[in-house]
Amino acid sequence: MKFKAILLTGRSLKQGMGKELSKVSEKYMESVSICEVHPKDAEELGLKEGDSIRITTQFGSIVVKCNPSQNIDKPGIIFIPYGPYANMIMGPDTDSTGMPSFKGLSAEVEPAPGERVLNVKELLSQHLRR
Amino acid sequence: MVVIKNIVCPICGCLCDDIEATVEDNKITKVKNSCSVSATKFLNYYKERNLSPLVRKNGELKPVSLEEAVDRTAEILMNADFPVIYGFACSGCEAQAVGVELAEEVGGIIDNQTVTCHGPSALGLHDQGMPTCTLGEVRHRADLIVYWGSNFQESHPRHLARYSASSEGRFRKGRKERKLVVIDVRKTPSARLADLFIPVAPGQDYELMSALRMALQYDDIEEESVAGLPVEQVEELAEMMRSCEFGVLFYGLGLTMSRGKERNIDMAVSLVRDLNKWTKFVIMPMRGHYNVTGMNEVTAWQTGYPYAVDLSHGYPWYSPGETTFTDLLRRGECDAALIVASDPLAHFPKNVAQNLCKIPYAVIDPHLSMTALAAEVVMPCAFTGIEAEGSAYRMDTVPLPLRKVVDPPPGINSDEQLVGMILHTIRSKRR
Repeated sequence: MKFKAILLTGRSLKQGMGKELSKVSEKYMESVSICEVHPKDAEELGLKEGDSIRITTQFGSIVVKCNPSQNIDKPGIIFIPYGPYANMIMGPDTDSTGMPSFKGLSAEVEPAPGERVLNVKELLSQHLRR
Repeated sequence: MVVIKNIVCPICGCLCDDIEATVEDNKITKVKNSCSVSATKFLNYYKERNLSPLVRKNGELKPVSLEEAVDRTAEILMNADFPVIYGFACSGCEAQAVGVELAEEVGGIIDNQTVTCHGPSALGLHDQGMPTCTLGEVRHRADLIVYWGSNFQESHPRHLARYSASSEGRFRKGRKERKLVVIDVRKTPSARLADLFIPVAPGQDYELMSALRMALQYDDIEEESVAGLPVEQVEELAEMMRSCEFGVLFYGLGLTMSRGKERNIDMAVSLVRDLNKWTKFVIMPMRGHYNVTGMNEVTAWQTGYPYAVDLSHGYPWYSPGETTFTDLLRRGECDAALIVASDPLAHFPKNVAQNLCKIPYAVIDPHLSMTALAAEVVMPCAFTGIEAEGSAYRMDTVPLPLRKVVDPPPGINSDEQLVGMILHTIRSKRR
């Protein structure tokens, strides 16, 4: 089972606090490796808070933790805080502005039982330095 | 023990200047008036910190002397055909100025985090100008405050209380005398504080602003809904904006990062310009990093342009989309970099970040980051605004002094000093 969604990225308070501890701290990495989904979408996939989910776009795929949230007031919208996890599935084009499209990307969401969230060194070795 | 008052907070573009810190044995032990993000920085700045310069040897980062790290960085930049000097949004203006000088010396690009935050605002400003004001004027006068695409409660936690809807001004005494509107694609904690929340459909901000401009002119909107909203709600919002005495539109990355990008900013400025036919209305970007505005100011007064400036021709050349760090990396055109107080590997899209991993680069940062872990050279620096003084520009371009509250750890220099050492070394080698 999976559902299609519009992926948004942005700030969160936990991300803001985590980055001040250090960009490789456990708290920072935890704060940016979550995905807010509408509670109804989570229920339909049998997902609860903390379950692993895989988010896939045309640019890549990443496993993060599910976070059913009241911030998402419409089904079909998902949100990942700014950071390395979100950027593993963002596109490089900037429409000649320098600015990539960090908000509004089409994505698919599916449960990822048994899969775990990569740590910072694994993200580097498996996604960026191949 | 000493209590230091009126410290300017080095976190976001609010630059709150009322922070109080208690210092014991050269360590901040208590902090007052801080938001949760600011308190986290002031109370943890000395933890989880790398204090040694590092240079990659046989594939691994190894501790070295500062002289060796500076020397290796100078070599990397001197051996490059098209280096990029990037970052500085969390540096003082003094370090930024040396950064521009270094870019000129090595004949490269000077760019900053504007590229992935309010670059489209700069482009919109070039096209349309920007009817704006200071945050003080908003506090004293604004009776209608609109946040568009900004979750200020999480990105700028004290903005509402210090400068906008909940602030106590000379002519507006507080929240009861002001209306707060939030327009966003999510019902964020900020949206839940609003008198009116407008849930715009993702990627349709431009359409909504166009419809608002039509509604202001009493033109018929020949649709039942616009951007996911009933036309009646668009007309209600237009009337609210038209009938206020002093309105302000604060906008965030919800406009700059979404479909339309700089065209969204064109349209937002045009909307505000139209509103000035009816009332006083201003617009202001919600700048994120505490001195990204300063980097735009410094780069502009030194080169004529606010970011993405190519100095390889011997004169400044500015062409976002061509000279922006993201695009240079995407096309694989730059061949070395110096990254100052920034973490592009964590904040650029994967394909762009992968190309940064293919070129040699050095990092200057108080903390380790993903970008530092993959660097050729890492140089730890002091936290400007805590361990080093400097100057910064608030989001409304008001300059404020950053204080040195405690001494940095022994042997740790400011970023201004480190960039200066690299510049000096390059000049010495070239003589």
